[in-house]
Amino acid sequence: MVIDTVLWSRLVTALTLSFHVIFATIGVAIPLMISIAEFVGIRRKDPHYTLMARRWSRGFVISVAVGVVTGTAIALQLSLVWPNFMQLAGNVIALPLFMEVFAFFFEAIFLGIYLYTWERFRNPYLHWLLTIPVVLGASMSAFFITTVNGFMNQPDGFVMEAGHFSAVHPLQAMFNDATPSKVFHVLTSAYMTGAALLAAVAAFSMLRKGITDYKKKALKLMMAVLLLFSFLTALAGDTSAKFLAEHQPEKLAAAEWHFETEKGADLIFLGWLNAERDIIGAIHIPKALSFLAFSDFNAEVTGLNEFPADEQPPLIVHYMFDFMVGIGFALLAVSALYFLFLFWKKRNELNKWMLRVIALGAPLAFLGVEMGWFYAEIGRQPWMIRGYLRVEDAATTSPSIMPLFFVFLLLYILLGTMCVIVLRRLFRDNPAEVEFEKIAKTKQAALAAQTSSSPDGSKEEGEPNA
Amino acid sequence: MSYEILGISVLWIFLYGYLIVASIDFGAGFFAFYARLTGKDHLINRLISRYLSPVWEITNVFFVFFFVGLIGFFPDAAHYYGSSLLVPGSIAIVLLAIRGSFYAFENYGSKKNIVFLFLYGATGLLIPASLSVALVLSEGGFIRETNGVVTLDYLELFTSPLAWSIVGLALTSVLFISASFLAFYASRAEDRPALELMRGYALFWSTPTIIAAFTAFLYLSQHNERHFQNMMNLWWLLGLSVVFFLIVLWLLYKGRRYGWMFIAVMLQFLCAFFAYGIGHYPYILDPYITVQGGATQEAMGIALVVVFIAGLLLLIPSLALVFRLFLFDADYVKGKK
Repeated sequence: MVIDTVLWSRLVTALTLSFHVIFATIGVAIPLMISIAEFVGIRRKDPHYTLMARRWSRGFVISVAVGVVTGTAIALQLSLVWPNFMQLAGNVIALPLFMEVFAFFFEAIFLGIYLYTWERFRNPYLHWLLTIPVVLGASMSAFFITTVNGFMNQPDGFVMEAGHFSAVHPLQAMFNDATPSKVFHVLTSAYMTGAALLAAVAAFSMLRKGITDYKKKALKLMMAVLLLFSFLTALAGDTSAKFLAEHQPEKLAAAEWHFETEKGADLIFLGWLNAERDIIGAIHIPKALSFLAFSDFNAEVTGLNEFPADEQPPLIVHYMFDFMVGIGFALLAVSALYFLFLFWKKRNELNKWMLRVIALGAPLAFLGVEMGWFYAEIGRQPWMIRGYLRVEDAATTSPSIMPLFFVFLLLYILLGTMCVIVLRRLFRDNPAEVEFEKIAKTKQAALAAQTSSSPDGSKEEGEPNA
Repeated sequence: MSYEILGISVLWIFLYGYLIVASIDFGAGFFAFYARLTGKDHLINRLISRYLSPVWEITNVFFVFFFVGLIGFFPDAAHYYGSSLLVPGSIAIVLLAIRGSFYAFENYGSKKNIVFLFLYGATGLLIPASLSVALVLSEGGFIRETNGVVTLDYLELFTSPLAWSIVGLALTSVLFISASFLAFYASRAEDRPALELMRGYALFWSTPTIIAAFTAFLYLSQHNERHFQNMMNLWWLLGLSVVFFLIVLWLLYKGRRYGWMFIAVMLQFLCAFFAYGIGHYPYILDPYITVQGGATQEAMGIALVVVFIAGLLLLIPSLALVFRLFLFDADYVKGKK
């Protein structure tokens, strides 16, 4: 098979986005977790939580750096790899793209301030207040960029005239029909993934180095957040499915291998297709698809055969959909089980198997995010802007796109590896408990120095000065 | 004022902002590496990282802001620049990615890695060179369009004295701006050895910068007569730029009033940059895109302007806060906080 420039363009974009989405998810979610931990720490006067916020933010900066540079990459690639798409759609989607940069700017400014002002305010709430613009900025950029993706799925806010968009309504394009369910789903699943990640770090560390108070508190806090957001994610997923059933039936039909339009449609889990498109070895849940799509067991669900062959998405999206949904429910179940064990005294919520499952939750959550995006994007094929611009008309014509794929592949391998190495080095030889002791000691020393009349005693740089 | 003129003015101001903050950043990377090689790193490294650590992300945003804004206001730019800059643009992405993440790895993660420092320093010079290619292209004559397919004429580009002189100007200005800023910052920190070192660098790089500027101007006159003539009509702006340059030299030589010295540097580049930009009008890409012809739909243009003003109301106080906390807080600069 000859891979043409269009496919190479798609591969370059898929590569950049699937690498970026890992760090973007961290970038959206972790500020919220840091903010929660710092707030709880101030509220309960418990330095364990404050230390949590500090350690998380230290690791967060490293991943933010990779998120920023890959985000810059994708912003540039939109124009470099898809010049005709940006020329056409730029008239309609420039507004959210522009606003996204503002949100990013806002976040960048306050993240810098937050990181370097740990000891500069007398009132601890002032420092905590700095997390709010960071959380807002991160979530707002996710919101704005998701509206762009929503537009590509459900174009709105313009009139097509002789191959150009005219009579543009920027706000209508931004708040297209796909926007609410997409934003809801993106934000909840990002927060869920962030909580799963930090919970997994605590669980993993408990398995390796034993249970301590600090880790117990971190785990409990994150499991609570995980429970909340995995529930909300399931709700958001349901909203999204109902949106698809109404506005983008071919995407849902492809995910469910639902070929014939029928009432009381079955939900199909896993399985495979033979050459005649018969489904083999799948689990059928009677009438569940109708219920999922319209909250009515006997509703009619449009089948894929209603659409012309050259407008049908690839059928492989079925597996991505199944994995995404499966992982989402698994995380919900794990967090519910944790709290069941916690409150039901006969069981130990910190038993080895529970911790192992929680530790496994992080890679699964990220896999779920990837699968969800693959489903959303591949499920839109063959369209770039659904109904208006096909992918092959939007891509660059330059043959240089092929070597560039490998250049970027190499770059992301390098960045990913370095990121892991640096993060490991940052935390491996510096456990929370040791750091906790150190902070307590310097605090005591500073207090002692203060009482013995030398207020500017021998304190180390960056350490608390009481 | 029509929205497209407003749009291009705003973008040009942001590009100028990027020019200053990025030059400080890129040059600092080079100086940090050079100082390590010559065994003087103990003098300036702390100074550099104290200023850069809280702001490196902001620098990056200026750049994203400019090109997202450019594509937003002038979507045709995506077609021409996007198609022709695929390779140079991707190289710039890779360099920016390496630089940004390795800066964070070095400063927040593992310390004192010479490989990281080398990458940080080297990319600091390669990025301005690769980004200035876009400015060269805007002069026209390097892009071919046949049947709607846009390609970049690499042979023309690499053999063009204009291209090389602009790259040279970018490099020397980066080092000059950066050195003069760091001299100012060192004087705020009352750090004498660092100040002397940076003052020396700034004096050293002032001459090549002005020579490169005149060379680029000369080659521009041969390459794009119209642009050159327009700039000649703005002779007073160019003259002002030279006057500010002389003020900078004098203050540097006398070794005092570093705050005013850096303001004069900014004004010097402001005048030259705007003389260049205004002279470029009405073309964004000669001869394919003009400010009027390539502008986006009016509704979008107005929406962008509104958002821009709202955004500024948010950003200016935030940036002022950053400056207060990290640039003009004497205790922080001196390393006491």
